[in-house]
Amino acid sequence: MAKKNQDGYLSAKEARRISRENRRITNRMEKQRKRKNVPESEYLTKMRDPNNAVEFDNLHTYFFTDAGTVRSVDGVSFDVPIGKTVGVVGESGCGKSVTSLSLMQLLQRPQGQIVEGEIRLNLGDKACDVTKTPNEVMQRFRGNYVSMIFQEPMTALNPVFRIGAQIDEVIELHDTANRSKAQIRERTIELLKMVGIANSEGVYSMFPHELSGGMRQRVVIAMALACDPRIIIADEPTTALDVTIQAQILDLLRQLKNRTNASIMFITHDLGVIAEMADYVVVMYAGRVVEKGTAEDIFHHPAHPYTIGLMNSKPVVGKKVDALYSIPGKVPNPVNMPNYCYFRDRCEMCVGQCDGAYPPEAAISDTHKVSCYRYAGGKGGD
Amino acid sequence: MRNFVIKRILISIVILLFVTLIIYVLIRCLPASYVDNMAMQLSTAPGAKSYEEWRAQLNAVYGLDKPMLLGWLNWLKEFCTGNLGDSWKYTVPVIEKFKDTIGVSFIMGLISLILELLIAVPLGIVAATKQYSRLDYGISAAALVGISLPTFFFASLLKLFFSVHLGWFDTHGLVGRNFTQLDAWGQFLDMAHHLVLPIATLVIISVGSLMRYTRTNMLEVLNADYIRTARAKGLSERRVIYHHAFRNTLIPLVTIVGASLPGLFSGALITETLFAIPGIGYTSYQAMISGDIPFTMFYMTFLAILTLAGNLLSDILYAVVDPRVRLS
Repeated sequence: MAKKNQDGYLSAKEARRISRENRRITNRMEKQRKRKNVPESEYLTKMRDPNNAVEFDNLHTYFFTDAGTVRSVDGVSFDVPIGKTVGVVGESGCGKSVTSLSLMQLLQRPQGQIVEGEIRLNLGDKACDVTKTPNEVMQRFRGNYVSMIFQEPMTALNPVFRIGAQIDEVIELHDTANRSKAQIRERTIELLKMVGIANSEGVYSMFPHELSGGMRQRVVIAMALACDPRIIIADEPTTALDVTIQAQILDLLRQLKNRTNASIMFITHDLGVIAEMADYVVVMYAGRVVEKGTAEDIFHHPAHPYTIGLMNSKPVVGKKVDALYSIPGKVPNPVNMPNYCYFRDRCEMCVGQCDGAYPPEAAISDTHKVSCYRYAGGKGGD
Repeated sequence: MRNFVIKRILISIVILLFVTLIIYVLIRCLPASYVDNMAMQLSTAPGAKSYEEWRAQLNAVYGLDKPMLLGWLNWLKEFCTGNLGDSWKYTVPVIEKFKDTIGVSFIMGLISLILELLIAVPLGIVAATKQYSRLDYGISAAALVGISLPTFFFASLLKLFFSVHLGWFDTHGLVGRNFTQLDAWGQFLDMAHHLVLPIATLVIISVGSLMRYTRTNMLEVLNADYIRTARAKGLSERRVIYHHAFRNTLIPLVTIVGASLPGLFSGALITETLFAIPGIGYTSYQAMISGDIPFTMFYMTFLAILTLAGNLLSDILYAVVDPRVRLS
C-alpha cells in the first residue's frame, strides 16, 4: 500500500496521503462499530464445532499507521477447545498479543482494526462473532466470560487505587448474586488466598506499589479469575518473573483450569513453558500461523523450518555448546510483506516452489497442519 | 513529612533573603525616583529652596543617601520587626493600603480560577478521548489562540467590541457613575457588571494552557497498561475514563492548581491596570512607576513568599493524591 523511497523514508506528501487514506478507512469502520441498537442477528453465529470455546477463522487485524498499513495478524485460524490449553508461540511482533487483543476487542482503536475474518465465541447455548459484536455487549463478556492476564504486572494495576478496590470492582460489575459489600470483600480475600498471597487481608488494603512484581502478577491473575471465566488469555504471564515464581504461577494456572474446566490461551515465547502447559500449540510467524498441532506434534515432529529453527535454538540441559543456534536473517518489514513465503529469505530448506505465492496449509496428520511447500500435496518432508 | 516541610521552609527563608536583596537593588536602580519628582515639585513653589537642596534634604529624610546594601539591611530589620512602613505615594501605612485593595483582586482571581478549571478540565478530557477528531482539533486550536494572545491585546479587543461597539460594559473602573446612589444590592450588581470583562480576559488567556495540560496528561494515562486492564474487566468506557483515568490525570493537575492558589492573592497586574480596577496589582503598578519603595518592596516580597508557599503546597498535594509519593 505504501510506496517507499529507496532509502526507506516517506516523503511528506506520501505521509499525508497515507494518513488521509487511513482516516477514511478507520472512520468508516468506527462509524460501523458505533451504531446504536445493533440487532442480535448481526453478530450471533454458530460454532463450527460445539466443543470449541473459541474459533479464530481467517482473522485479519491491521494497524493503520502513518507509515503505512501494518498487517499484524494476516489470516490466522485456529481453535481453542473447551477445557484445553492452547499455547501460542512466536517471536516478538509476530501478532500473538494482537490476536488475543482482537478476541477481547481491546485493540488500540481507531488505528487497530479487524478488517476481515471471524472470531466465534462459544457462549454455551449460543455463539457470537466477536468481530461484529457491539461494545456494550462485549463489555458483559470481558472479565466475566473471557478474561486476560497481562504481561506487565508492574504497570497493569492502577497505581492510585487499593488492590482490594480493584478486584472488588470486577466482582461487583459482573455480580449476578447481588452480593453485599462485605461478601464481595470476602470473595476478594478468598481469591487472593487462592493465588497464594499469604497476607491476603493486609494486601487487600495495599497499593500496587507496595507489592513486588510476583505479588502483583498474582493480583492480576486473581483479578482475571474473579468471575470464573470460561476462557483465560494469559499473555506472557510469567515473562517478568523469576523462575521460582514462574513455576508457582504455572502450577496455579493449571490447578485453576482443572478446577473450573476453563480454556486457556497461553501466549509466550518461552518454549519450556509451552511444553509444560499446552495441549495444543500454534506457531506464529510474521502475522500468520505457520504450524499448529498437539504439543506432541510440535515438540517431537516439528515440520515447518521456522519451528525446527526454534527447537534448535533452545538450550538443552546437559549439552554443552559455545553459542546457541539462531535463525539467520530478520523478520520482513510488516508494512510491505513479500508476496511469497514470509520465511523464504531465512529458510535453509527452500524448495523450488518457494518462489511462488504464500504456501497453503497442508495437513500432515489430523491434528498437525503446516504452511510450507515441503509438505504440499501430502508428501512428508523429513 | 514534618521534617520535609521544616527543611523546605528553612530553604525558602534563605531564598527569600536573596530575592528581597535583588528586588531592593533593582528598585533603587530604577530611573523613576520618588524623591527626584518631589524635589522637582517643591522647588517650583515660589520662594522655595533649589532643586539640589531639596533633593539632598529629602534623600536624607527617606534614607536614600545611604549605600544600597545598608538600605536593604535597614529595610530587612524593619520588615522582621513587623514594621512595613508607610507608602510614599499613598501616604498611608502599607498594610492598610494592602487591606483596601486585596479584596477585589482575590475575588477576581478566585472566580477566574474556578471558571478556568470548570472549562479547561472537561474540555481537555473530551479532546483527549476524541483524539484527532474535529472536536479535538477545534478545542486545541482555540486553546492555542488563547495561549498566544497577549493580555493587553485581547483586553483591548474585548473593550472595543463589547464596550465601544455594543456598549454593554464600561471600558474601565470598578464602579459606575452613580454608584453612591445605589442600594447595597445595586452596588453589588454594579461591581459584578464591571468585573465581567476583566474576568473574561483572565479566563480566556489562561484556560488554554491548563486545557492543553489536561489533554496531554489524559492521553498519556489513556495509553497506560492499567487502562487496558480496566477495559479488560468489562468496565464501561465512562467508568474507565472518569474513574480510572481521571484519578491519574488529577495527579499533575493538582500540582498545577496548588501552585496557582497563592496567585489568588497576587492580583493580575496587567489586567487590573488595563481595566483600571483598584486591586493589588493595579495599586502596586502605580506605586512602582512612582518609585514608592516601601509599597513595592512589600508587594514584591509578598509575591515571593506566595510563590515559595505555592511550590511547597504543590509538593504536599502531590503526596496527597499520589499514594506512591512519600515525602522525605
